[in-house]
Amino acid sequence: MTSPILVGKGARRFTAPSVIPGFGLTFGYTLIYLGLIVLFPLATLVWWASGLGLSGLYAIAAEPRVAAALRTTFFISFAAAIVDLFFGLIVAWVLTRYDFIGRRLLDAFVDLPFALPTAVAGISLAALYGPNGWFGAPLADYDIKIAFTRWGILVALIFIGLPFVVRTVQPIISELEVELEEASATLGAGRLQTVLHVMLPPLAPALLTGFALAFARSVGEYGSVIFIAGNIAYVSEIAPLLIVVKLEQYDVAGATGIATIMLAISFSVLLLINLVQAWSGRRFGHV
Amino acid sequence: MSDIAIARVGRRRAKYRPVTEDSPLARYALIATAVLFLALFLLAPLAIVFLDAFSKGIEPFLAAFHDPDALAAIRLTLLVAALAVPANLAFGLAASWSIAKFSFPGKSVLITLIDLPFSVSPVVAGLVYVLVFGGQGLFGPWLAEHGVRIIFAVPGIVLATIFVTFPFVARELIPLMQEQGKVEEEAALTLGASGFRTFLTVTLPNIKWGLLYGVLLCNARAMGEFGAVSVVSGHIRGLTDTIPLQVEILYNEYNNVAAFALAVLLAGLALITLGLKTLLEWRHADELSGRARRH
Repeated sequence: MTSPILVGKGARRFTAPSVIPGFGLTFGYTLIYLGLIVLFPLATLVWWASGLGLSGLYAIAAEPRVAAALRTTFFISFAAAIVDLFFGLIVAWVLTRYDFIGRRLLDAFVDLPFALPTAVAGISLAALYGPNGWFGAPLADYDIKIAFTRWGILVALIFIGLPFVVRTVQPIISELEVELEEASATLGAGRLQTVLHVMLPPLAPALLTGFALAFARSVGEYGSVIFIAGNIAYVSEIAPLLIVVKLEQYDVAGATGIATIMLAISFSVLLLINLVQAWSGRRFGHV
Repeated sequence: MSDIAIARVGRRRAKYRPVTEDSPLARYALIATAVLFLALFLLAPLAIVFLDAFSKGIEPFLAAFHDPDALAAIRLTLLVAALAVPANLAFGLAASWSIAKFSFPGKSVLITLIDLPFSVSPVVAGLVYVLVFGGQGLFGPWLAEHGVRIIFAVPGIVLATIFVTFPFVARELIPLMQEQGKVEEEAALTLGASGFRTFLTVTLPNIKWGLLYGVLLCNARAMGEFGAVSVVSGHIRGLTDTIPLQVEILYNEYNNVAAFALAVLLAGLALITLGLKTLLEWRHADELSGRARRH
């Protein structure tokens, strides 16, 4: 007689029976490694933050210098993501729909911001837009300063965020059905009408996702920004830099507070992306 | 695609523009906008790295590599990548094996957790290790008592690098192995192959290009990481400075040629990575995971 407990256990096995070996080893290693490298350190941050309490976090966020840095970070990240949204759509459209000399090379270069180390991007952008740079010198003649101002942060964040929009939208553009365009034209729509009313709406979820990814990345970006920003407190100081500054002053609580706020924001954005994709899966049948 | 190609041939013959094509004016305007934007925002920053590095000729460029601190930074960067990439490679293999070949509850949560480090700011990634191992951190007093240094030393740099490059291999292999299923492995096992032999002779050949793809991206990020490493390194010249940190120091000392000379190494690495990545996407597209690439 098999004991009922054993039967119960067998019925509720964690993983379905399989001839493939190694589940215990690989699954166990995955959990331990993930736990030690990622989850435990992040939990330590949350534990530190819970020590501060909501009022403590609010007090840190309300410090004028912190509040200014958070505002600068979010506002400029948002603006940069908007610029990336607009130009990213054009770039994705051109690379997917048209054929011209150098298209594939240009397509490969879109990933440059992913591959180029941020510190290198930072110093080269600072050199380009600095007072003696290719772009900085001519602009200086018109009294326009980019480097060491907020505009510099915007330029760096546009650079960092662009591939997120292009790479999210590109596959959806290539999947657009020609039949829909033909049907739209047969029904008497002009080309612009077809593009605006038939082709762009299915791109909306991908555009929103690309925008959110670019925004989330920009909020946390550090290396490419600090060289070109000038880092003037209250003006062009970003939140990640302020974490570094607080740590250098041994203000671990302050650094933790800012980090917690940033983490909360990026997880909300992540959640938003998942919601958009779930909605898009229902509405358009793709993500 | 073939529809469009046919439509183009038809256009030349009949001088009618198919309804699915944009007018030439719109097409040229959009191409010009895209090319100009990419040239200004992507190509110009890349070009300036090489131009500034060689702005005073080849001699000062080469001299930058005689600096012992620069050489120490190069050695440290290679060491960190040599530790971080295999660690995440082993994890990627274990994670993708358990996720793709077995079914268990909570799988999608696990995949989300594996992607988590990509949503964390590099600076925060460095900070969490300071909170665990730093002087005021969880284990700080205990480590100090036993004379172990993790923060402001090489172990901290390696840990922070592992954190920021954590998902690269796994997120490439998981969808790829899920697409491939487990039929071939099951066949090998029923024919009497051991589990390890099945992995080596059946699974590995199937995933080799995806594996290489993930390792390539992981390595590029590991060697170029700045924010996370900057927080835990302590910037001790010749000891805890990686190439990106040494670039920062030289740049802040107004030693532009030397800073850009080291930056050329990293930009070269980025170009090689992009080249190999593009080659893999062209040649072996069907042996990579089909999912949109975002990092």
